[in-house]
Amino acid sequence: MDQVDLLKMDASSLSDFIREGSASVVDVAKAVIAQIETKDPDIRAFLHFDAKALLEQAERIDQRITSKGPSGRLLGVPVALKDNMVTSNMPTTAASKILEGWMPPYDATVVKKIVDEGALVVGKTNLDEFAMGSSTENSAFQTTRNPHDLSRVPGGSSGGSAAAVAAGMSTLSLGSDTGGSIRQPAALCGVVGVKPTYGYVSRYGLIAFASSLDQIGPFARTVGDAALLLEVISGHDPMDATSIRGERPSLSDLSDKGVETLRIGVLSELLDNCSQEVRERVELAAQLLAERGAKVETVSAKAVTLGLSAYYVIAPAEASSNLSRYDGVRFGLRADRSSLSEMFLATRTDGFGDEVKRRIMLGTYALSSGYYDQFYSKALATRDLIRSEFERVYRDFDILLGPTSPTTAFRVGEKAQDPMAMYMNDVCTIPSNLAGHPAMSVPFGTDSSGLPIGVQLLGPMMSEPVLFQVAFEVERLASEVSEVKDA
Amino acid sequence: MPNSQEVESKGVAWEYEGFELVVGLEVHTELKTRSKLFCSCANEFGKTPNTNVCPICLGLPGTLPVLNKQVVELAIKIGLALNCNVRKSTFHRKNYFYPDLPKGYQISQYDLPINSDGYLDLPSGSRVGVVRAHIEEDTGKISHMGASGRMDKSAYSLIDYNRAGVPLTEIVSAPDIRSPEQAREYVQELRQTLVALGVSDGRMEEGSLRVDANVSVRPIGSDELRTRCEIKNLNSLRSLVRAIDYEGKRHVKLYQRGESPVQETRHWDEARQRTGSLRSKEEANDYRYFLEPDLMALAPSESLVEKIKGEIVDTPKKRREFLKDALRGEDMSDQIEKAIDFDLYPFVSYAIEQGVAPRLAVARTANELAALVFDAKHLTKERFVEVLRLEDSKEISPSQAKTLLLKVAEDDRSIEEIVISLDLKKADVSETEELVLRVKDDSPKEWERFLEGQDQLIGFFVGKVMKLSSGKADGALVKDILLQLRAESK
Repeated sequence: MDQVDLLKMDASSLSDFIREGSASVVDVAKAVIAQIETKDPDIRAFLHFDAKALLEQAERIDQRITSKGPSGRLLGVPVALKDNMVTSNMPTTAASKILEGWMPPYDATVVKKIVDEGALVVGKTNLDEFAMGSSTENSAFQTTRNPHDLSRVPGGSSGGSAAAVAAGMSTLSLGSDTGGSIRQPAALCGVVGVKPTYGYVSRYGLIAFASSLDQIGPFARTVGDAALLLEVISGHDPMDATSIRGERPSLSDLSDKGVETLRIGVLSELLDNCSQEVRERVELAAQLLAERGAKVETVSAKAVTLGLSAYYVIAPAEASSNLSRYDGVRFGLRADRSSLSEMFLATRTDGFGDEVKRRIMLGTYALSSGYYDQFYSKALATRDLIRSEFERVYRDFDILLGPTSPTTAFRVGEKAQDPMAMYMNDVCTIPSNLAGHPAMSVPFGTDSSGLPIGVQLLGPMMSEPVLFQVAFEVERLASEVSEVKDA
Repeated sequence: MPNSQEVESKGVAWEYEGFELVVGLEVHTELKTRSKLFCSCANEFGKTPNTNVCPICLGLPGTLPVLNKQVVELAIKIGLALNCNVRKSTFHRKNYFYPDLPKGYQISQYDLPINSDGYLDLPSGSRVGVVRAHIEEDTGKISHMGASGRMDKSAYSLIDYNRAGVPLTEIVSAPDIRSPEQAREYVQELRQTLVALGVSDGRMEEGSLRVDANVSVRPIGSDELRTRCEIKNLNSLRSLVRAIDYEGKRHVKLYQRGESPVQETRHWDEARQRTGSLRSKEEANDYRYFLEPDLMALAPSESLVEKIKGEIVDTPKKRREFLKDALRGEDMSDQIEKAIDFDLYPFVSYAIEQGVAPRLAVARTANELAALVFDAKHLTKERFVEVLRLEDSKEISPSQAKTLLLKVAEDDRSIEEIVISLDLKKADVSETEELVLRVKDDSPKEWERFLEGQDQLIGFFVGKVMKLSSGKADGALVKDILLQLRAESK
């Protein structure tokens, strides 16, 4: 068996392959190591990767197969973790100097869930520090490159996880999405990325950026793989009070349902904000979905354009509070000073990068007495407005369609010095976070330079089944379009 | 533990140079739950520092709070006992930096507390409004090592996070209190209530009940609210009374000099018996309260509230009523106030339920038991009742009963064995007759005069018999026998 082929298989085929004994998990681990050693020196997706420990982990899974039988839906499937998910056997840094070398004493719920299903945890991937950014350039440790063009960014903040899957260094990966941090890098790297309904997946063990917006979700090369991983990680968790109760519907068996009779709205406000090439791909997707029997119409939802400004008050406000615990007292970096206030100040000055400091200052300001009503209250009111606007639109539509990112991948350094230009990347993805709704990005061809374009599907609360039903169709259409183009 | 002064001095008015006091109290009580507010660590006191902690109460990255249902039930119980509205409430974050605060914010309740708009009636007849009683988490405990005990001069500081995340209820009174004594009465009644409900230990000295006082003064007859100071470090009822008195007079003196107090937090200095400035509220933190996104709104169902209402069977008010009813109108109100104390009441109520005469049960509880209950290793309520029954049936005398209680408290043998070892059983009739006859033979002259009708000699003979019997004889019985012998001799 050629090792490279193991990494080209989709997740369920790979675990079946291992289950029937055609390959060992150690074989998979060796393939992963080879691929990472070849690719990652250029891409730099991993913050933590330990080949020896990976082989040992694979051996343990193989032993478990021998002693207890080949069970687990992700048996032997490589999964990489964004380094803001807490792991007890790997350091967890959130790509920040303030947490450098921190070994957590516990595992995030999602980590337990994938390990219980037999996954091979590849390592920890790079991100913008504390998930604040859209290019992964805000990492305190390294800049990750887009596998399709090493001069370009992979998007962010989950850029490492997106690039790892796009470059075949891991079959699957997990990211977190606060304002688009899964969907935008998925689009820029040409993979599938899902931000589930708020509360669909436990946040226990996810290092908080903005608690009311954060949500963990999967990256995969196929919609089916994304469905499988989401099925594994989702579910009610008693450790997370915001976790939704009750069963989660199955998603991976929806691939053949088609889109006939579904009502799909093309969100005009999102199209207005993107490049011509991106726009054309979204319109093509809409046209092809209509040809497959969906009822497709353009729809306007003006309030969603207010999302960006509301987001950049609410997210920094919550972040300013969430990041207070990094004070040098109990864990992580401590700058040695002679008084308490000097120690606090020096630790946070040395430990946080510029973007994190910028957002702490923005958020602290927005919550301060005298400014609270002017900024924070208004942002909350805007959030309500966006929710009710979506509610109105979803009376007439099952699913909305739009671009994921206004542009394809930009060059490293191109926007790094211009925070406002960087923030604009999230304009299409932020509304779903503010509403708590699920959304996903599905690859749909490339631009004229060969850079991937993603289309975004948006749905109301708990609409994951419909979302995936459409995503499977979009994936099929994308492959047909590519075939036509290739021919 | 109340002493007689505390009960007797209630309701004394305070005025000073034409000013009256305006006081509101903030009482923090630790709730007696099995686990902490947001994690499953045990809610225990006195463990080795930093052993009763977990990632959640240490505020480690990635952790989330999950609300303890038992805390909600106890908080509702407090609210109902304080006549509050129990309603849908939310949690907020109060943001500030301090090493004993693991997350850099305290989860508390802000504009929508679980209980609001109640009151507490005091035994002396006044009513104090309760603005709110809300749920929040405790911080860790910081110890500054070095000469002064203050952080700025200490060599280093130690933090124990065992207390971090322990559930608290903060009960905020209206500024209805007008004297230091009324403040004491309020705290005492509140404490009795919390302990009777089973929600708190009520130990001020151990910090399971902490009181801050907001003090201001105003000219008598005015209804204005002047600048107030918040007094902290009130570790006993005594400090509370003295600190309020001191602070009130300090304000009056400032006004008399044409100055005004500054709104600030002050510290009660126990050694110097004065308050001192801690920090100015104007320089204090802007806490940047906002809705805690990790917790959902708390909406207790009507059925839960009704269920808890049914569980409130014991309050100081109900204890007072029970004892008054048992005493059938006999006035023992001072003793009743003592007997309803949370350490004593289980004894007195049990004794009455077991059929001991209520008057005796209340008297022995308020006097003898109150004096020894804290050292009484072996004084269970069952043994208490055994002693009282001996006295009630006149098998031992009152003074013997008092002696016996003391002994029973420190001696783990059975009551019967202790009675024998102390030789406490009263002499029976034939024993007493024998003693009387011996005394008669010892003092023939006095006996002659007694037979002649000199009744003042009865006391002489009773005294002799008591001495001879080492107190076991019953004085009344001795007198009966003496009179009978005189009658027979005629």
